[in-house]
Amino acid sequence: MALLEMNDIHGGYGGTNILNGIDIAIDADQIGVIVGPNGAGKSTTLKALFGLLRVSQGSVAFGGKTVTNMAPEGLVREGLSFVPQEFNVFPTMSVQENLEMGAYIRRDDFRYLIDQVYGFFPPLKEKRKQPAGELSGGQRQMVAIGRALMTEPKLLLLDEPTAGLSPRYMGEIFDRIIEINKSGVGILMVEQNARQALALAHRGFVLAGGRNRFTGTGAELLADPEVARSFLGGGE
Amino acid sequence: MEQGVGLLAALPVNEVVFFINKVVIAGLIIGSVYALGAVGVTLIYGILRFAHFAHGDMMTAGAFFALIFVALFPTAGDALGLPSAFVLMPLAMVVTALFAIGIDKGFYAPLRAAKVRPVVIVMASIGVMLMMQGLIRLFAGTGTYQFDAGSKAIYRLPVMGRDIILTQPQALLIVFTALAAIALHLFLTRTRMGKAMRAVSDNPDLARVSGISIDSVVRSTWVIAGALAAAGGTLLALDVTLKPDLSFNIILPIFAAAIVGGVGQPYGAMAGGMLVGFTETLAVFNWSVLLRPLRPYLPDIIEIPNRIAFVPTEYKIVVPFFILIAVLIWKPTGIFKGRVLK
Amino acid sequence: MKTMANREILLFSGLAIIIALVFAWMGSAYGMRMLVEASCYAIIGLGLTIQWGYAGLFNVGVMGFIASAAFASLLVTFPVNQAFWDTEAPGMLAHAALVFAIGVAVIYGVSQSHRLGLPRKLRTLLTLIAAAITYLWVQGLMDPATTLIERNGGWVGGLGLPVWMGWIAGGIVAGVLGWAMGRITLGLRADYMAIATLGISEIIKAFLKNADWLTRGTLTVSPLPWPVPTPQEIGFIASRSAYLSITAILIVVVYILLQRAWASPWGRMMRAIRDNEFASAAMGKDINRRRLEMFMIGNFIIGVGGAALVTFTSIFDPASFVPLNHTFLIWVMIIVGGAGNNLGTIFGVLLVYVIWTMSEPAALFLFQQAAVWGDRLFDWQAPADLATRALQMRVFVIGLTITLVLRFAPDGLLPEKPVKYE
Repeated sequence: MALLEMNDIHGGYGGTNILNGIDIAIDADQIGVIVGPNGAGKSTTLKALFGLLRVSQGSVAFGGKTVTNMAPEGLVREGLSFVPQEFNVFPTMSVQENLEMGAYIRRDDFRYLIDQVYGFFPPLKEKRKQPAGELSGGQRQMVAIGRALMTEPKLLLLDEPTAGLSPRYMGEIFDRIIEINKSGVGILMVEQNARQALALAHRGFVLAGGRNRFTGTGAELLADPEVARSFLGGGE
Repeated sequence: MEQGVGLLAALPVNEVVFFINKVVIAGLIIGSVYALGAVGVTLIYGILRFAHFAHGDMMTAGAFFALIFVALFPTAGDALGLPSAFVLMPLAMVVTALFAIGIDKGFYAPLRAAKVRPVVIVMASIGVMLMMQGLIRLFAGTGTYQFDAGSKAIYRLPVMGRDIILTQPQALLIVFTALAAIALHLFLTRTRMGKAMRAVSDNPDLARVSGISIDSVVRSTWVIAGALAAAGGTLLALDVTLKPDLSFNIILPIFAAAIVGGVGQPYGAMAGGMLVGFTETLAVFNWSVLLRPLRPYLPDIIEIPNRIAFVPTEYKIVVPFFILIAVLIWKPTGIFKGRVLK
Repeated sequence: MKTMANREILLFSGLAIIIALVFAWMGSAYGMRMLVEASCYAIIGLGLTIQWGYAGLFNVGVMGFIASAAFASLLVTFPVNQAFWDTEAPGMLAHAALVFAIGVAVIYGVSQSHRLGLPRKLRTLLTLIAAAITYLWVQGLMDPATTLIERNGGWVGGLGLPVWMGWIAGGIVAGVLGWAMGRITLGLRADYMAIATLGISEIIKAFLKNADWLTRGTLTVSPLPWPVPTPQEIGFIASRSAYLSITAILIVVVYILLQRAWASPWGRMMRAIRDNEFASAAMGKDINRRRLEMFMIGNFIIGVGGAALVTFTSIFDPASFVPLNHTFLIWVMIIVGGAGNNLGTIFGVLLVYVIWTMSEPAALFLFQQAAVWGDRLFDWQAPADLATRALQMRVFVIGLTITLVLRFAPDGLLPEKPVKYE
């Protein structure tokens, strides 16, 4: 059974619709990747899923439960976690405190989780007392992902995790994402670097104009000449 | 021996002690009151994103709650040898905290829910300020009130024949402010709710995404702001008198303190309160007192006027405001790097 | 559109009936006084409504601008005080003014010295030193001058010029202060503008109250010259009617000028800036410059209205300016009327001022009754200062009105009409 099922989602800001019927389904332990041109509604899809944008039509089911338009607090408790693209750390708080805030809803002793995050991202351990705002872009991204892992989510939503990062960090972040997925966390991410992202995707979704244009496994989409021509920037 | 006494006699002990009494102690006292108010203002700004104009009246209201409790239990402090108002102050703090939550629920929360621009909430807080002013003066008139009239214990610290004078309410004020600062620090850095408050102040969207309950953060903000406002108001009233029409005279220096300290920075607000308090007392201090001992060493042409002050006493209210303007021009984020206020 | 016109007719007719009732109940002289004061508030309200409704400027320092404008008007129009001009004081003041001007020029020069390659820290230090020296020097020159003035002439007196020149001077002074405020606060959040304007109005009041040599301070100055014959000459009703006709003409002139400006390309640009700041900035509009213009124009109008208001009361008493009457009351007026709608503003001013005026006798009556019944039923001894306390009820009501209107009718009774962009 699918972990996440979004059916025919419509929604937008004010009167204008940005999403005109989005379908996304991924199973537990899978990596889903959403790609598409600017303005296709990729980030908006994540926001609609995470209760930050009102869904006007369609339904979202998570773990078999309908969660359409549920507030973020509730979704976090259901096992969803969201890493926004920008402003995704608490800049004046230390790395460790950022992770603690990720575990805000937990009442148990979550120190083992902090150690687990430091295991994924060793550079954070040595900087754990430093304010997150003073870290480099790549390290900030690690803090942001680490923060989101603190609730032990079933599904992690990532909005362009590699935006603005140098190629070295990009590879590093992708490696970590695979590692996190292998530890049993489903991933749904929006990516600009479509080729690299689809290469590691179990499920890929190509959006345009607020609709699904192509849906398939990552490998299928990469192999599809039309996808390559229209959305992956020239053949290669 | 003889030599030593001669040297000591040459030291301007009188003047130095006078300076300590008039500037250091007075500055500490008024600075503490400003600090207690400014912490609330800066927390509210950091978390709710608006300048809370009604804060001065909230301090006055807190002091009146204390006054009511003193009227109910006039002998509460006798056993401890402390002013009853101080012993009963925690009650007033609780009541004011609840009062602050009530005001938020009644007037600010609906506007937030309607997603109005922040400036509309500022206006609403001006409305609340006027309502509180009206109510306080309606019930209390415009006269002044005195806690424990005429029975202030006085501590004297003799310094070579002169006394550094501190009344008991003043000592309580300074000690309370210091303890409040430490407690606030521990709260913000060690507790779950304290860290959540900092998180919301840092990045409200991310806090929401992390599952932090904004409602409970808002509530605890008002609890802290209200309780400290009540304490500041009560302790100020204990030191001097309780005036129902303090309002603007206290809210402007408090805003100055919060801005100088960097808006959203509780430690900055504490430091800003002290800075504004000391600047006020230094600005109106009569420096000729300190120059007088130099009289024998100065040439005759230079005469020392009777009064050399940076600012005449009647312009005291202007001082915090000039600090404010200077900070706005040169360093709008304040000395402790607060939020950039665009 | 039709319903909007109907609404205007309905609201204004209702208002006319209320005003007629006040005339019938309290007498014509009282009614005329209320109308003249309301008309002055209407001018002030128009100035504030364009600042807030058009440019989003949160000016809470109206009291200070009114007070300074009233003082400027007083200085221009009050009869000449020969006793002052016969002493050496004018020369001493001129000397101090010259030093001040040079000092300001030096401070400005030093504050720009980083252009010559001076480190910023040093520049700040030098600027502060220059400011301190100027301050001490000017203060040193002013002290003997003010002492001399206060001993001989009492105060400086006026220039004895016509009243209309005084009102214009009032507008200019308020406008210049608005420019200074704008330079400091534009670009910062609206909260800051509120704090800064509130602060500067308290400073202006403190200065006017304490500068005895300039304003007679708490001794007050009266009677201020009127633009029309005074009640002593032609009686209350005739004199107040004449005054009202002048303020009414002023309202009409300001109203027409504002409507025309609003329809002009300049007005279109202002709307564009207000409705979409980022887009306008991207289009290369100098937003803060436009806002500064609005601050100055609005303040000029506020100044003229304030000068007219204080001239009508015929006494200049710095202590009589209070934030409640001269700032927040006006804010309530424009919020109730509908910020950004000039007609709505005029309506709001008239309505709120009538209610405000009548609330005084009403509050006194209510509390008198409360005291009587409290005594009868519960043996309650009313406090001696019940009358002054009763009036505090009005402060509460003003505050309550602000919060209620913001919550339930944020656009006011006559909201700004949506303008079609051609």
